Amino acid sequence: MSGTSSLHWLIGRLDLSSLPILPALANPTPSEIVAAVAALMVILGGLGVAVLITWRGWWTSLWRDWLTSTDHKRIGIMYIVLALVMMVRGVLEGVVMRAQQAAGLDGGFLSDGHFAELFSTHGTIMIFFVAMPFIAGLINYVMPLQIGARDVSFPMLNQVSLALTAIGAALVMISLVLGKFSTGGWPAYPPYTGIAFNPGEGPDYWIWSVAIAGLGSTLSGLNFVVTIFKERAPGMKLFDMPLFTWTVLCTAIIMVFAMPPLTVATLTLALDRYLDFHFYTNDLGGNMMNYVNLFWLFGHPEVYLLILPAFGIFSEVISTFSGKCLYGYKSLVYATMVISVLSFTVWLHHFFTMGQSAHVNAAFGVASMFIAVPTGVKVYDWMATMFRGRIRLTVPMIYATGFLTLFVIGGLTGVMLANPTISYQVHNTLFLVAHFHNVIIPGVLFGLLAGYHYWFPKAFGFRLNERWGAISALFWITGFAFTFFPLYVLGLMGMPRRSASYVDPSFEPLTWVAMFGAALIFCALATLLIQLRVSIRDRAQTQVPLGDPWDGRTLEWSIPSPPPEYNFAIVPRVVGRDAFAEAKERGQGYPKPAGYEDIEMPRNTMLGMVVLIGGTALGLALVWYIWWLAVLSLVVMIGAFIAKSFVPEPHRIIPATEVAAAHEAWLAAIAKASPVTRAQETSAENRGLAALEMPEGAA
Amino acid sequence: MSKHDTIHPGLNLGEHHGAAHDKAEIGAFGFWIFLMSDLIIFGLMFALYVTMQNPMGQAGGPGPKELFDLTSALIQTMLLLVSSLSFGLASLALRHHRSRAELTFWLALTLLLGLAFLSFEARDFAAMFAADAGPSRSGFLSAFFGLVPLHGLHVASGCLWLLIMLIQIRTLGLSDLVKSRLLKLGLFWHFLDIVWIGIFSIVYLGGLA
Amino acid sequence: MTPYSSDHRAEVRHYLVGFALALTLTALPFGLVAWGGVARIWVLAIVAGCAIIQTVVHLRYFLHLDLSRQKREDVLLILFSTLILSIMAGGTIWIVFNLAGRM
Repeated sequence: MSGTSSLHWLIGRLDLSSLPILPALANPTPSEIVAAVAALMVILGGLGVAVLITWRGWWTSLWRDWLTSTDHKRIGIMYIVLALVMMVRGVLEGVVMRAQQAAGLDGGFLSDGHFAELFSTHGTIMIFFVAMPFIAGLINYVMPLQIGARDVSFPMLNQVSLALTAIGAALVMISLVLGKFSTGGWPAYPPYTGIAFNPGEGPDYWIWSVAIAGLGSTLSGLNFVVTIFKERAPGMKLFDMPLFTWTVLCTAIIMVFAMPPLTVATLTLALDRYLDFHFYTNDLGGNMMNYVNLFWLFGHPEVYLLILPAFGIFSEVISTFSGKCLYGYKSLVYATMVISVLSFTVWLHHFFTMGQSAHVNAAFGVASMFIAVPTGVKVYDWMATMFRGRIRLTVPMIYATGFLTLFVIGGLTGVMLANPTISYQVHNTLFLVAHFHNVIIPGVLFGLLAGYHYWFPKAFGFRLNERWGAISALFWITGFAFTFFPLYVLGLMGMPRRSASYVDPSFEPLTWVAMFGAALIFCALATLLIQLRVSIRDRAQTQVPLGDPWDGRTLEWSIPSPPPEYNFAIVPRVVGRDAFAEAKERGQGYPKPAGYEDIEMPRNTMLGMVVLIGGTALGLALVWYIWWLAVLSLVVMIGAFIAKSFVPEPHRIIPATEVAAAHEAWLAAIAKASPVTRAQETSAENRGLAALEMPEGAA
Repeated sequence: MSKHDTIHPGLNLGEHHGAAHDKAEIGAFGFWIFLMSDLIIFGLMFALYVTMQNPMGQAGGPGPKELFDLTSALIQTMLLLVSSLSFGLASLALRHHRSRAELTFWLALTLLLGLAFLSFEARDFAAMFAADAGPSRSGFLSAFFGLVPLHGLHVASGCLWLLIMLIQIRTLGLSDLVKSRLLKLGLFWHFLDIVWIGIFSIVYLGGLA
Repeated sequence: MTPYSSDHRAEVRHYLVGFALALTLTALPFGLVAWGGVARIWVLAIVAGCAIIQTVVHLRYFLHLDLSRQKREDVLLILFSTLILSIMAGGTIWIVFNLAGRM
């Protein structure tokens, strides 16, 4: 016994049974085998990546060019890589859940606990570790370029935010190998997630992964707001900003104000679990309704935080590929602002059934319906932008059309759910699951994928394969429809959400249709990855070094692809909206600068890596009660910040001659190149110099 | 036309610092936003406290009238208020290029007042624990110990920050970097005093009225 | 002495005015609670009123916010935060009190 107690201070409550692989050997039920395979995938995936990096000798470059970089573009790409990796897991979990429900009449192959773990991780991952980092990544990459800035306002903080997000993702991944994740769903309501009912490590994994990643999002939001207010190119007024940047501003403001309720909810729940507080317990005056309220104070603005940048992306995409300036720019901006403020006034519609009076419900129901108005304005603006445009049906545009049709359906079911009486009827059924997937997949995910295809050539200097892109987009659209439209019907038939199994055979046929849809979504994910592989293989034919493959309208297209580290050799002077399109029309798209200046850029720093390693250790230590490690990692991290503050901020000067050489070479390449028309947009001739084409009917 | 002519002018570092002024302004604006985010956290802890300060939340345990000491709350209020003044005088010493000794004096006084505040607060908490009125006793006391020590934790980090700044004034001198950090620390310190207005009004006076 | 010294004195006076106001606005509610003699509802109202005024005093005299154009964005930021906070905290209190009233 003394052996175990001496180990106890060293490894807390960890022991061999925390590994999922051993129980699978002892008791090989399908459920355990699925868990063991997932754990093996994580271990082998991690090992495989490590071996690949070692074999190719990439460690130095990985460390120097990426992990310690403070360049907003590289940080943006790392966010998106993180999001894609997590998306693979999230989609696979979705497919497994659909399979379970298809086979779920009187059983299925997963244990109830395992199914609960799946829907908890699926929700947590898709929101916090796919949608959020994907958005943060696109914002990081694109927003500073759109406003003519050299970097975000606080590059080091930006790196730390990425590290904090990655810690959360790492904890969720580690939970596959060590112990189990929460079974409390993505909102993790107490008292079920309280210590009395759930003493295991699951809710602790949820708490720390979400709390730490949430802190990262708050800091990202802060960084984006300051960047947009302070770093815009001279002459760019707020109402000259591209619409994506506008939506980023609103999203960033939501991040700053909506993340704190999540921090409060998670940390007070942690106090309940760790220090015997009674915020949400059943006994001694706890009130779990406070938690529900706090969680949705965050949770509702969160969904607008996700959708607004997607709206911004669609605005850019639709305008560019219709060859027109955006219809109703100001109305879109005002609609965005109204949505962001209203998003803070509707949280109660997530718990109409909690028991408050009808007049409270009515007030929040009306507020919820109001949000449909500015959103409707946006949809009309996008359609009016396409009206009489010369539309090119490229991959981003396929996503945009899919979005317009499907998202309206999701929005309308949202208006239905905003009515408390209907909400009571379909509460906790698959109708709700269908609704929020219907806004989040065609809205957020399609927007992000459209942005990924749209800006990929900017980031890497070559276009993505159009054919595989179109195939993948069609798989996403049809897969979505087959998976989630049946769930509306199932919900109205009364099938509860989050059920591992059911006894009513009338549910079965539609669960099989949904299973078929899930298979299509799996194909969508697979083709997306194939597309990336094919595009890298064929990149010689799709080079766009001159920087403007889509006849773009905003500043990010006015620089080479990929952009130099300092983005703009000369900070542009902006007059009016759609700055680059205007300049091209005046024949001044590529002006020769009068002279060059030295550029000061921030140096690399290890701070983010210290936070990443220290924070992951802290999270694990807290989950497994390894107190010495918790104290140690906290002290190391705080010490690193303090030590860093004694070193004056380091900068690196890029000499003017170097900037001049690169920029002149690029300008010379442009002078030599022949511009391409939009008809040749997807051909090998498109090297990123657009021919000036007047819209049809223009004099 | 300067680079930042259309945008936020920021706080009172003084206009005669050129690029460093711009940079300090950006930092100060970012710090304001951080404070506002923090304000939401405090605001929600206040809301939790208000919803749990009732017989149901007290769960038969002691309530405000049995636990809170008006004199101690007044002493803590005064300590923080005077520390706000002393920090203000430190900012003025910095702004008007008065002697480094004067700046150090006011900052050190602020630090001492902050530590005195913390010790009085700790004494209160110890008395509550001794009376079996810790956070485990009831939801109401959980909310109290979620709110008031959170402010105390902020003050403690402010004290640590002050200490670091006192060292950096010696090692780094009054560089632009140190000045802009002192500016942010000032915002932080005054902000904490504003949060304390909420605490003494809602928790102590509201509870004892 | 530096050429700024007269400015300096004026600004010190500014801080002292703020301090005196804050002191008064602290003493009043504390005195009221200590010695009573007024109905509880009025005590609470006065405490709340003094707290709000004192917050404004701190913002004005210690954080140097005013209505000038130069400070406009800081003021707007604070007003927006106050709006969001009042929606969140006010809404929370409304909802949870309503629930408690029905239990």
